[in-house]
Amino acid sequence: MATKKEWLAMLLAGGQGSRLYTLTKKVAKPAVPYGGKYRIIDFPLSNCVNSGIDTVGVLTQYQPLLLNEYISNGIPWDLDRVNGGVHVLPPYQRSKNSSWYSGTANAIHQNVHFIEQYSPEYVVILSGDHIYKMDYSKMLDFHKENNADCTIAVLQVPMEEASRFGIMNTDKDFKVYEFQEKPKQPKSNLASMGVYIFTWTVLKKYLADDDANPDSDNDFGKNIIPNMLGDGKSLYAYPFDGYWKDVGTIDSLWEANMDLLDPNVELELDDSGWKIYSRSPALPPHFMSETAHVQNSLITEGCEIAGEVDFSVIFAGVVIEEGAKVHDSIVMPHTVVRKGAVIEYSIVAENALIEEGALIGKRPEDCEDKDQWGVAVIGENVRVGKGAVVAPKAMVDGDVPDAPPPAPEEPSKEPSKEPSKETPAEKAKGEIKNEK
Amino acid sequence: MKNENLGIIFSNMHDSALGQLTESRTTSSIPFGGRYRFIDFVLSSMVNSNIYSIGVIAKTNYESLLDHLGSGREWDLARKSGGLYILPPYGVQGAGVYQGKIQALYGMKEYIERTQRKYVVMTDTDVICNIDFNAITEFHKEKEADMTIVYIKKKLSKDVKNATVFSLNGEQRITDVRMLSGSESEQNLSVNIVVAEKDLLMRLVSDVHSHGLYDFDRDILQRRLDSLNIYGYEYKDYFAKIDNLKDYFRANLDLLKPDVRRQLFLSNRNIYTKGADQVPTRYGLDSRITNSLIADGCLIEGEVRNSLISRGVYVGKGALVENSVIMSSCRIEPMARLNYCILDKNALVTNKKILSGSENYPNYIAKNGVV
Repeated sequence: MATKKEWLAMLLAGGQGSRLYTLTKKVAKPAVPYGGKYRIIDFPLSNCVNSGIDTVGVLTQYQPLLLNEYISNGIPWDLDRVNGGVHVLPPYQRSKNSSWYSGTANAIHQNVHFIEQYSPEYVVILSGDHIYKMDYSKMLDFHKENNADCTIAVLQVPMEEASRFGIMNTDKDFKVYEFQEKPKQPKSNLASMGVYIFTWTVLKKYLADDDANPDSDNDFGKNIIPNMLGDGKSLYAYPFDGYWKDVGTIDSLWEANMDLLDPNVELELDDSGWKIYSRSPALPPHFMSETAHVQNSLITEGCEIAGEVDFSVIFAGVVIEEGAKVHDSIVMPHTVVRKGAVIEYSIVAENALIEEGALIGKRPEDCEDKDQWGVAVIGENVRVGKGAVVAPKAMVDGDVPDAPPPAPEEPSKEPSKEPSKETPAEKAKGEIKNEK
Repeated sequence: MKNENLGIIFSNMHDSALGQLTESRTTSSIPFGGRYRFIDFVLSSMVNSNIYSIGVIAKTNYESLLDHLGSGREWDLARKSGGLYILPPYGVQGAGVYQGKIQALYGMKEYIERTQRKYVVMTDTDVICNIDFNAITEFHKEKEADMTIVYIKKKLSKDVKNATVFSLNGEQRITDVRMLSGSESEQNLSVNIVVAEKDLLMRLVSDVHSHGLYDFDRDILQRRLDSLNIYGYEYKDYFAKIDNLKDYFRANLDLLKPDVRRQLFLSNRNIYTKGADQVPTRYGLDSRITNSLIADGCLIEGEVRNSLISRGVYVGKGALVENSVIMSSCRIEPMARLNYCILDKNALVTNKKILSGSENYPNYIAKNGVV
């Protein structure tokens, strides 16, 4: 019999994150690397532990292997507990009505027994898609003060962007009277952050009702919240003031990493009062050689840097050889960048090999057609061949062959064509270029 | 295969030789290599050699050691069977603060005899290496030795005192044991790593102890060369034996050599240490760093050359750190200049201060020191 807990958290980590394309081909979105030594899920997990939540269920479904390995016994987050701790909860078979998690609400519904073991008063529902530091205990205080059935954390977004979010329309005391999913004409700019606190007895009933409705999408935003509002339940919006970023797209993931290099952005990771914990490899300090030149970048353990790095985030164990250049880019763990390769405005995933003289991505100012510009992405374990060229905005998840050897009278790189079969057609416009 | 070895680590041997570095800590907990402490190297080597039953013998000043080791989880030593076992003095009745290895082993007799391991692998912690203990125990068994001692070939420096050196025959059997001071020739220098069968070792320890003797090298090795088969195992990969501040300084800066890093930080034989959950190191716009090792959690806005910078160090704008070893949480304020310095933990070098030492006499600034 588990000990009673006042509250616990359920972390939705089953999402594919399909807009991250090749980066989430083999891992679930919460396991995507971020900020030099973290994965996205480190943020909600660390927030839980820092807020005093010691029991967390992590709901996995899509590509769970890495996430299982990563969370494991929860030691890095201090979530290895005799009572509570972190538990990975995949869908499971039962005597009847077994199914995959069909929606966010269904995922929680299928794990009612897990929650009930702890007889909690309150359940926090989190998603593994966001970068932010938040004290959920303050939100719980707010929930209790208002005697709410459900409290939804909201962020003020610029009015012109409000139609991209789930918007809460509230009275002046932040009591929610209406919820609109991606409204064309938003009435407010209070965007849901995907962080909910429910009074458990209330949520349990709504989950059961939702499960009994065959037409439901079993989704918090589409079903549970509107149903509760329709029944006149007490829902409050909890205004959050701080850095919060959904890293669901290539551009937002790239930006969220670059935000760490901007002193004006208020996401401070080096905060002894609110540490972000992660599982880190046992690697020595990073080495900067005689030829290294690094400016305004984050670099972590196990790297060997002999090339030029600026405005970039370099993850553990990355090798950047002499004469290689990495600008405005993110290079994930254990990738090797060989001599003379140039990486600009790109995300290079784990264990990639960028061979000599390869050219990946471009600065926007070097692109004549601005529509062709975007962050280039190299998938994990991909080898980009010698002298090969990867266009801006390209999405590469298969090896790229070496460029043909240069013609005798032409010392610079020969034109090379990018393979287009693995890449989305509109993104892989094979670029022919000549550059020294 | 079930491992037959018990590891014994002496955490305090040679504390006095390292002077100020051990003022507030044991030899084993001296910070090294930007993010490690001495003991991490032998402890990780043991774990990587599948030795999961390890007793660490503590003597004095061991708070920092206990803090570092905790339950041994970082080394995967928080085990139900075996695992890490810290043996403080006064652990059993009659045992006091020991004087030498013999007394220490005698005081831990009960623990050692209780473990169901056939062999004992003993080491000090004033060594930096990534050593495969299995290779030594294999050698030991192959030679049917009573005892095997690891040595390195090294040209001793003039200031070495009482170094134990060996002469060996063609079979690697030790034929002579001498204590040398101030020799400048190349010698087979003992590094105090010993493999022996547990029962034999404890018999020898009891015998020597009952005669009121205490010196392992003199009273066991030297006296019993003829009656026991004592073999020497030459270790050829990178090995630093830290006898003084100069050795300490040099071994830290040895890590700048790719070849040394290759021999110490093997991908299949990691060196583990206590985590600190530091953020990645951040380099400012005017930073310039060459030939240096930098740990996590630093903010570098100035210039660093040929140096080792530990976790959580700040180097301000316009500051220059050259040929120096900077321990964790130090602050080097803007425009300060350091050359051939060792800054112990949490030292502060204020604005525009200039500090320098020399290669043989690095300028040492104590823990929490303010300059």
